[in-house]
Amino acid sequence: MLEFFHFKKPIPFMRYGKLTTTISLVTFILAVLALIFKGLHLGVDFTGGTVMELRYNQPPPIEQIRTTVKSAGFDEVLIQNLGTSRDVMIRLPVKEGMTGAQVSEKVMMTLKTQDPNIELRSQEFVGPQVGQELYENGGLALLLVAAGIIIYLAFRFEWRFAVAAIIANLHDVVIILGMFAFFQWQFDLTVLAGVLAILGYSVNESVVVFDRIRENIRTMRDTSIPDIIDSAITTTMSRTIITHGSTQIMVLAMLFFGGEALHNFALALTIGIMFGIYSSVLVASPLLLLFGLKREHMIQQTKTLEGMNPDGSIV
Amino acid sequence: MNRYPLWKYLLIGAILLIGVIYAIPNFFPAVPAVQISSKLDETIDATTLQRFEQALQAKGLTPTASSTKGSQATFRFENTDQQLQALEVVKEIAGTQYSSALNLVSSTPAWLRALNANPMYLGLDLRGGVHFLMEVDMKAALDKNLTRYEDEFRDVLRNKKIQYQGVAREGDVITVKFEDAALRDAGLKTLRTEYPTQLLLEPVADTTNLKATMTPLELQTIKKNALQQNITTLRKRVNELGVAEPVIQQQGAERIVVQLAGIQDPNQARDILGATATLEFKLVDEDNDALQAQQTKRVPLNSQLYYERNGNPRLLKRQVMLTGEYIVDANAGFDESNRPAVHITLDSKGANRFAKVTGENVKRLMSVVFIETKVERKEVNGKVELKSNTTQEVINVATIQSQLGKNFQITGLASTKEATNLALLLRAGALAAPLYIVEERTIGPSMGAENIAKGLNSNIWGFIAVVIFMIIYYRVFGVISSIALAVNGFLLFAILSMLQATLTLPGLAAIALTLGMAIDANVLINERIREELRNGAPPQMAINTGYERAWGTIIDSNLTTLIAGIALFLLGAGPVRGFAVVLCLGILTSIFSAVVVSRAMVNLVYGSKPRLTHVSI
Repeated sequence: MLEFFHFKKPIPFMRYGKLTTTISLVTFILAVLALIFKGLHLGVDFTGGTVMELRYNQPPPIEQIRTTVKSAGFDEVLIQNLGTSRDVMIRLPVKEGMTGAQVSEKVMMTLKTQDPNIELRSQEFVGPQVGQELYENGGLALLLVAAGIIIYLAFRFEWRFAVAAIIANLHDVVIILGMFAFFQWQFDLTVLAGVLAILGYSVNESVVVFDRIRENIRTMRDTSIPDIIDSAITTTMSRTIITHGSTQIMVLAMLFFGGEALHNFALALTIGIMFGIYSSVLVASPLLLLFGLKREHMIQQTKTLEGMNPDGSIV
Repeated sequence: MNRYPLWKYLLIGAILLIGVIYAIPNFFPAVPAVQISSKLDETIDATTLQRFEQALQAKGLTPTASSTKGSQATFRFENTDQQLQALEVVKEIAGTQYSSALNLVSSTPAWLRALNANPMYLGLDLRGGVHFLMEVDMKAALDKNLTRYEDEFRDVLRNKKIQYQGVAREGDVITVKFEDAALRDAGLKTLRTEYPTQLLLEPVADTTNLKATMTPLELQTIKKNALQQNITTLRKRVNELGVAEPVIQQQGAERIVVQLAGIQDPNQARDILGATATLEFKLVDEDNDALQAQQTKRVPLNSQLYYERNGNPRLLKRQVMLTGEYIVDANAGFDESNRPAVHITLDSKGANRFAKVTGENVKRLMSVVFIETKVERKEVNGKVELKSNTTQEVINVATIQSQLGKNFQITGLASTKEATNLALLLRAGALAAPLYIVEERTIGPSMGAENIAKGLNSNIWGFIAVVIFMIIYYRVFGVISSIALAVNGFLLFAILSMLQATLTLPGLAAIALTLGMAIDANVLINERIREELRNGAPPQMAINTGYERAWGTIIDSNLTTLIAGIALFLLGAGPVRGFAVVLCLGILTSIFSAVVVSRAMVNLVYGSKPRLTHVSI
């Protein structure tokens, strides 16, 4: 039997609770600071504006393109290479009094005077209002997912589990967003979809550990709660790493083979999967202890009512 | 213990077979084809199909296959050369009755197509094309209606001989001034009976005025009509663009999505979609013969030659009786003797004019001409030149039975379908609320092909890597898990194809992600079995308990991801929705394949050995 992660004894994760909580808190605060001071580099999906992707026959001089586009009357222009040196992305903000089509047409005309062989590979225009709506709906979706998961877990386990899981996973989401803000990677609609998928996915990680904790509480009658949690984490460890590993393999394939369009999406998933393991093991479980999880919370109590017969019947 | 009854194996086998049948059309390459569709939405029958086929054969362009479906027919060809030549031939016969377009269709064999097993549609990001999101200017639509009410108030009060001092509009409120309260109350009563559901009429406190606002119901109706009207117009214009499988859909209360696959030039599409349409009512020149005029090319001085959609010539008087801007509404319905008819409502100005001209021409023929003006742009020596291009078409000819006023009807229509079409055209020709483009995406065809390749590559490489790992780590159980994963992929493809979903790049990403996540269920099961074995359970028992114990965890963990998928579906737009649909369906198929299918395989391999001493896991 090939085994990578087989531990004879439970690893005392809970003993390091203080340390791991401090680490999480520090990364969390750093992420929030990055979000506050650098802010997300939002894609046109959310800000509105025009994006054009051009392909040149030879690697073009980016600086020259910039001056040309500026001379056409577009001051706020962002130009960068995209994947290969022949592909160029030009991003322009919404311009008062001009439709997106007019903007891209004017830019194309100007650039074609320099090099008539440019191919317009794709062009995208999002009106400012649509952008605003997508942004709001994205936030709403995040809240809806969080609420849905809390309700489900509270119903299936107990409120302490629900709150611990959601805190642990929102912590992941904030870290992904923080990374995107820190490195100024572009945050667009597909990245948002990835973040929400991660929220669902890493809760599933916590659920597996919780499931085991619940089972252990029922079967290991004489063990203390921290030891029960340690044992649950240790026994699910192998599965956690293998599952995340295989999902990560798929995501890496996307990162390497998926091209520019899926790059940031795969990046968000990669960060999410990495922190997903960490947070469900080392954030959610200490939180359970912090919330004061007791054996009684998980074992259904037989209530004694006044006037009840020894067999539980009431006459 | 680890045995399934026969019916369970058979059921699983049947599901797998169905999965394979519906998934494989996606793997047949696309072949070039020419498509025709009836502009009048009439069914294309076998004889019509034959007519086209014969014409093609006469030119030596025998299609490899041809088929009809509803108002559409498809001719497949061996290569693009033949396809392009065939389009010319088809265009000639199609005339004005059919629109023709180039398309790529799947080379799925006929027996699969007979089972309705068709490939998924490819989204614009995978095949190239233009996407527009347009917003209807609802303020303009409401304004137009308020102006109409303002007009009508004057008429109604005048007809009832109720004296008023003035009608004025400010914002969304129309105010009518009266000399005293008694007149105001009379006016209020009259107007309330005239507009019971459309308007909210109230006296203004401390004055002798009354004010009118539109009811929420009326606001909703106006908005709905404005949107519907624009969709109709867009549909008609897109037909002329010759696009195969165009998408024109309502999105939300005020927006319309238009997706045109394969269009290379967004400018051309934008120009045609942005055309303006109007209507003219004209008298028919009954003294001269239209056919003769067409043949001799000699048109009488005061007349003009027009054509109907089926190519019939018509001579109409030059003088315009009425234009479309006076039309307030047009609805299909029935006349007194229950024949299909179109009911038309004019505003008061139009009604006065129309009453006069129709009164003078009772018993004569009147026709309705649909006029469309497009601004086309052409690049000449690096400069864009705008050229407006007008097309005119006779959409109806009818006898004026009596003097016509505010409300009248056009009868003598062949079917209710024709009535509906005419009503739609009349409404489309009336001044519709303007449309604005709020989002536009163009994807070049080379980009589309690259996106497909990249999306598929990431799926294939990821899948191979996961399979290698699983087999090394879990051996026989790894093989079983990998087969279950492949089954999952197939089932997902099958369901998406059955739903005729549109596959986009985010959709492909979601397939990769669900495959990566789906293996989780098998890992859970395999780890549980190992654990049971480690605790000393006999192999058969370990397998059974492993599956049973893992089940609860699998459900819990998948349901949370499902919640995320549903929220994404509800709140996401466009591509994100596609991602969400695939994610949700992928979760469902993965539960089935990871638990039921893999269990069946385990049972087949190990279940029949009662004294099993070793499992390869």
